[in-house]
Amino acid sequence: MPTEGTNEADGRLVVSETLGGGRMWSRIVRRNERLRLTDIEGGAAVAALFFNAKDPLERYNMPDTLKAQHVARLTAGNVLFSDMGRVLFSVVRDEVGWHDTITGHLTAASSVKKFGVGSYQALRNEFFRNTRDNFLIELGKHGLGKRDLHANVNFFVKVVAQLDGALSFVPNGGAGKAIELRAEMDVLTVLSVTPHPLDPATRYAPKSVTVVVRSGAAAPGDDPCRCSCPENQRGFTLTEAYFA
Amino acid sequence: MALKESRLDPARASFDRVVESGCGFSHDVLRGQTLRIVDLEGNQAVDTLFYDRLERTNRYSAVDTIREQGNVYLTTGTRLFSTEGDVLLTIVADTCGRHDTLGGACAAESNQVRYAIEKKFMHNCRDTFLLEIAEHLAPMTKRDIPANINFFMNVPLTPEGGLMFDDGVSAPGRYVELLAERDVTVLISNCPQLNNPCNAYNPTPVRILVWDA
Repeated sequence: MPTEGTNEADGRLVVSETLGGGRMWSRIVRRNERLRLTDIEGGAAVAALFFNAKDPLERYNMPDTLKAQHVARLTAGNVLFSDMGRVLFSVVRDEVGWHDTITGHLTAASSVKKFGVGSYQALRNEFFRNTRDNFLIELGKHGLGKRDLHANVNFFVKVVAQLDGALSFVPNGGAGKAIELRAEMDVLTVLSVTPHPLDPATRYAPKSVTVVVRSGAAAPGDDPCRCSCPENQRGFTLTEAYFA
Repeated sequence: MALKESRLDPARASFDRVVESGCGFSHDVLRGQTLRIVDLEGNQAVDTLFYDRLERTNRYSAVDTIREQGNVYLTTGTRLFSTEGDVLLTIVADTCGRHDTLGGACAAESNQVRYAIEKKFMHNCRDTFLLEIAEHLAPMTKRDIPANINFFMNVPLTPEGGLMFDDGVSAPGRYVELLAERDVTVLISNCPQLNNPCNAYNPTPVRILVWDA
């Protein structure tokens, strides 16, 4: 695993957890905290939903994120926009290069179709958890539910569209590779460490990740995510006006 | 892009209405009925959502739709999937050839991000959705507005991970036709966007037709 550096982005340790394959996690990541996800062995997939913790009606918006930055994937320099024109998270570091947000997540039905039945009765706590059920459980802890599901981010997943629109799943990530995000508001973050539906693997064996949250400084004026395009600068302007 | 025409006769439609530019529209389309959306003057984005008529949490899912067909563009043969994995409608005819479902709807706030802070008060699709929901589809709220379809809109992706808003590929009179696979509610905003080429900088009316089974 990579060692945490000693630069300005690394502050006081808030939380450090290893999430085994199949597990889920939710937490309010506070403004300016850094959320670092590490693909321990390579081949992990982490599906994620994001909400403004103070007003969860404001949530991650895939189309607004993509069209503001003219991208079809997420990597360093990109930000995650809410539906209210504000920035939820900035991608401050990325050793992977491509994180999907256009192909959704695994449900109970698609998991059975893909992997067969892996019941609690047979497998106890190694049963085949799926992303949708994990999301609904974590959302439920915060008073949210099906109406709050939205097009999610798939960290460590690469799905490429050719010019004719055809999609292909591309092996991505690698052992020890990490992505680090800076929260630009208090963000209710929901994670599920479950297989991506387009991963060709037919055996249910989701890989583990580590989740580390540290305190950090606010985005400076010359921050690369803020300055990567005029759209992001305006997104930061609107976000800072919200807190003014 | 393969184009497919329909044999249905507009004179025999059971429902026929023009939706002016910048206006909203909602309507129930029952299983077996066919819905046609006509781009009357060309290059008009029609922001569209579908909901299971009786269980509106079971709604159109852009990401499930593109993953299940393995392609990001919608055209003849595309099955529109819901969040619960149901097929809501199937596109059965298309004389435009390609429709977007990643560009989403314009909103006051996203217009500020994309164009200028002072664009906030320009008319936009999310305002239309919110008003249409409040007037006709209560108790739905903003929670119930997921990523939509943009019929007749051209948002090409590149293998390098880029995305562009390009000139439309539609033209006057082109249409898309969908067969309802279950009872659905359609929600439309006839896009008022003036800041990009999605409406050729001139929003125009569309025509909605429904044929019974």
